[in-house]
Amino acid sequence: MLQIKDLQAGIEGKEILKGINLTIQPGEVHAIMGPNGSGKSTLASVLAGRSDYEVTGGSVEFLGKDLLDLSPEARAGEGLFLAFQYPVEIPGLSTINFMKTAVNEVRKYRGQEALDAAEFLKLMKEKMNLVNIDKNLLTRSLNEGFSGGEKKRNEVFQMAMLEPRLAILDETDSGLDIDAIRIAAAGVNAVRSKENATLVITHYQRLLDYIVPDFVHVLYNGRIVKSGGKELALELEETGYSFLKNEMNIA
Amino acid sequence: MSTINIIKDKARELGTTQADALQPIRSAALASFDKLGVPAVKHEEWKYTRISQLFNQSYKIGTDTVDSKLNWELFRLPEFETANELVFINGVYNAAASTVRSAGLVVLPLEEAAKGEYASIVSKHLGHSAEYLKDGINALNTSFLVGGVFIGVNRSTEIEHPVYIYTINDGRAENVFAQPRTLVHVAANAGVMFVETYGSIGHADHFTNQVMEVVVEQDARIEYYKIQNDHAGASLVSTTHFRQVGKSYVHAVTISLNGAMVRNNLNMVMEAEYCESNMYGLYFTSDSCHVDNHTIVDNAKPHCLSNEYYKGILDGASTGVFNGKIFVRQDAQKINAFQSNKNILLSDTASVYTKPQLEIFADDVKCSHGCTIGRLDEEGLFYLRSRGITEATAKSLLLHSFAVDILEQVKPDAIRVYIDQLISERLGSYYGNAYPI
Amino acid sequence: MNDGLSTIEQQITSDYKYGFTSNLEADQAPKGLNEDIIRFISGRKKEPEWMLEWRLKAYRNWLKMEVPDWANIKYPAVDFQDIIYYSAPKQSKKLNSLDEIDPELRRTFEKLGISLDEQKRLSGVAVDAVIDSVSVATTFREQLGELGIIFCSISEAIQEHPELIKKYIGSVVPMTDNFYAALNSAVFTDGSFCYIPKGVRCPMELSTYFRINAENTGQFERTLIVAEEGSYVSYLEGCTAPMRDENQLHAAVVELVAMDHAEIKYSTVQNWYPGDKEGKGGIYNFVTKRGICAGVHSKISWTQVETGSAVTWKYPSCILKGDHSIGEFYSVAVTNHHQQADTGTKMIHLGKNTRSRIVSKGISAGVSHNSYRGLVSVAKNASNARNFSQCDSLLLGDRCGAHTFPYIEVKNNTAQVEHEATTSKIGEDQIFYCNQRGIDTETAVALIVNGFAKEVMNQLPMEFAVEAQKLLAITLEGSVG
Repeated sequence: MLQIKDLQAGIEGKEILKGINLTIQPGEVHAIMGPNGSGKSTLASVLAGRSDYEVTGGSVEFLGKDLLDLSPEARAGEGLFLAFQYPVEIPGLSTINFMKTAVNEVRKYRGQEALDAAEFLKLMKEKMNLVNIDKNLLTRSLNEGFSGGEKKRNEVFQMAMLEPRLAILDETDSGLDIDAIRIAAAGVNAVRSKENATLVITHYQRLLDYIVPDFVHVLYNGRIVKSGGKELALELEETGYSFLKNEMNIA
Repeated sequence: MSTINIIKDKARELGTTQADALQPIRSAALASFDKLGVPAVKHEEWKYTRISQLFNQSYKIGTDTVDSKLNWELFRLPEFETANELVFINGVYNAAASTVRSAGLVVLPLEEAAKGEYASIVSKHLGHSAEYLKDGINALNTSFLVGGVFIGVNRSTEIEHPVYIYTINDGRAENVFAQPRTLVHVAANAGVMFVETYGSIGHADHFTNQVMEVVVEQDARIEYYKIQNDHAGASLVSTTHFRQVGKSYVHAVTISLNGAMVRNNLNMVMEAEYCESNMYGLYFTSDSCHVDNHTIVDNAKPHCLSNEYYKGILDGASTGVFNGKIFVRQDAQKINAFQSNKNILLSDTASVYTKPQLEIFADDVKCSHGCTIGRLDEEGLFYLRSRGITEATAKSLLLHSFAVDILEQVKPDAIRVYIDQLISERLGSYYGNAYPI
Repeated sequence: MNDGLSTIEQQITSDYKYGFTSNLEADQAPKGLNEDIIRFISGRKKEPEWMLEWRLKAYRNWLKMEVPDWANIKYPAVDFQDIIYYSAPKQSKKLNSLDEIDPELRRTFEKLGISLDEQKRLSGVAVDAVIDSVSVATTFREQLGELGIIFCSISEAIQEHPELIKKYIGSVVPMTDNFYAALNSAVFTDGSFCYIPKGVRCPMELSTYFRINAENTGQFERTLIVAEEGSYVSYLEGCTAPMRDENQLHAAVVELVAMDHAEIKYSTVQNWYPGDKEGKGGIYNFVTKRGICAGVHSKISWTQVETGSAVTWKYPSCILKGDHSIGEFYSVAVTNHHQQADTGTKMIHLGKNTRSRIVSKGISAGVSHNSYRGLVSVAKNASNARNFSQCDSLLLGDRCGAHTFPYIEVKNNTAQVEHEATTSKIGEDQIFYCNQRGIDTETAVALIVNGFAKEVMNQLPMEFAVEAQKLLAITLEGSVG
């Protein structure tokens, strides 16, 4: 469903991604790991269409369409979801109101009819149960004054609501304690299916105990330097990223 | 003849007796004063400060000759022995009484500086404050541009000793109208600290209308402290106009403790990127003292930072005025400007007028301002008293702790202790020997 | 994005949907202003002699006054002799029922979405409709009359309740208060009058819709609301005008009087024509609104959503005279293109234990200028006064301006006054976050702006809140790309 070919991108003239190749099939869970500054979050931002980043080469195909040609909201409409590393706060706008707008905009994009208030509430209740989020949180201003765990749980809830084909989790585990990680991961697992895929971006292996990947890729200095199964993550946990330098030097 | 007419005649007379390079500036300013007159309360910037009443009495005009054996020394600041000391008497720079110790510090009569190696600096910067202070008071000072001083700090020089400026009026015989004038130029990468204080000899009423213009070049650093604790018949309009023409740092603290009518105009014009300025003020007034702090922060270029924090304690029938203006010009993006004004009213006859004002023409800015007016914190007072502290001591402690934020901004220890002492004495006079330093 | 741009342009060009004119026959005074015109107006309205005298006195005062220049607004001088001061849609005779209203006029109100039809009780709002200068219909009168509530045009009130008008007109906004108030006092042509008797809680929202229709017409309406002891009323005001190239003048006066334990809630959604995107045309809106909390424990609450007008000059104020009285001001002012708004409030604390609250949200886009100007004054004897003010500005684009001029004057040491203000812009990260959830940029801006203004919007009655939200979105369309 996603085919990244030789993707190169940067910010303010600085090259960060230096040729990424990655293919993701429906039903798969991929994990991208790597040290700080390797380009993990840049990859997520470029895929979601953040305008600060400039794509300088390569292509990305998503469900048969040229992803790079689409606006951020069209990408969302096509079924791409990014769980933000730092979810944004919008004072005065409740999560419910925000989600109602988002769900109906996405439905409009997909040629579906808008949900009325009752239908929306039903959907919301269903997803709330699925990801185990408290209703009080959803009536408050979007992410404003939320704890780190609450923000991430809200991201997972939004993911459930929008039913994406490809969900990208950008360091969803960062700053969370193990209980919060477990809750967030349970939410992610609850919405997994054969039709959709997940791309987990993380620095640490521990999240992958809860969201078990089919493939693990190591990103270093703007390139995927190593790919393998879930055991690669465990290996990295034990040896750390220092081996990369050595390996790269040899290569 | 009215006081204003006497003053105007005197200014006109200067035009005939002074044939120096500054004469065109003087006569232009006189023409402008003729047109503008003394600002009435209708003038937005003088809404709460009735300056015109100061012109209802007669004065000896400060440019007349002075008694050079004046005992101004009693106003000396701590550690004066090692400081540079500049003395103005009745508004005129007195070279005989002044001491310039530090290498790299140049002090010249303005008339002289206007024709020597500093001529271009003088012609470029003298009178710039008039662009921001379009009122007769500023013009009036310029129309009397005599006996002023040019202070230059040479490039890459860190002036080791502080520069103390004493503005002294001799009021033993009659009322005095004094108009000191200073132009300061701090060259690139130089650093200097000024402490300014005011004093009166004798008990006659004074009116000092002071203008100081300061030009701050690239990478220069200035600390500027102003201590106002004159007697109850001394009125002052003190204008300090900073022009940050290069990326530079200014730290200014204004402490106003006494006087009849005190008006401070403090302007920070940030004409270069990455400028930083901090402006702090404390006014602690009683009886019929009137203190008005008018500040302008003009962000003309991007990436500038300013912090402004003024606090007031008002007792008796005193009046505090705070007017803080922050401008962010078009395209001056990434500006951070913060402003806060907090006031405590101690008596039921004191008043506060505050107007924190923002004028923003760029969108990528973070600006905030806030102000509060209230009484001494009752909760805090109760808390202290419940721990066995007497009411008087508790009040004194709370007021001192209110003032401490500003006091801490006075970096040189000797000066901070000096100011703290003045404040503690004042508190002591209210609440007994309440506050132990 | 090219497609997006053209859509945005379409939206901009179609954004003022109330810009139609109606072909109504009008009964007009000749252009210009002099004592004869005032006599003409007074005569047309069959006013008693005292009213004419009052107007003439105001006019003579006005002649001596100068146009105020202290506000942060710039506009060409208004030629007060080039304005028609009286224009009434011609009605052949006094109407016995609403069915007799000119069908063209009726259609005008239908286009505005105002129901003049008493059968449509669903909305539950009593409406007084003022077109150009004259009140044309007031609904639900009888029903309100049963409770002793008077809700009629001020012209009728002058004839039918002269004792009340005499007592209260000019009592809150004196005829000499300011240039525009004096002008209004001389030439006001209509407006609404409400009187809520002692102990009555008005069961429905009372509403006036103002519309300027005829060309070169000034609208000078005057509204007076008196709430007697223990009464309550919620009043709504809406305004529209056709799109015209020339600027039109609107100079209204609103006076509110609240007695002991009475409460008046006054809400405005101001949507006068703002001019086109080059700044041509639009309404000059110079309004004096003031309420007095005359009695103990009385309360006056102003809520305004200001989206229209080329120039707005308006400071709904509260004089807190009664002990324990409360004044509130909630405002959202949006400016786009070349609009200029200088608006705010005055809270004058005179009584003891008085409280006031100011929440002002300014949103500027395009090359517009938006100023908050407010006064909080605590008089010497106003012990234990409390004020809290919050003034926030949101900037969209780098060619607009946001300005804050808060004046705070405190002469009593038991007062507690707090003022906070912030200025910020809509974050690109906020917009991107919404985009990522499938929400387009226009909608994202609308969501963020409505969130910013929520505290004020929540104060509006339901019927108005929805309309106001839409207006905000429409006003800002195309301002962030």
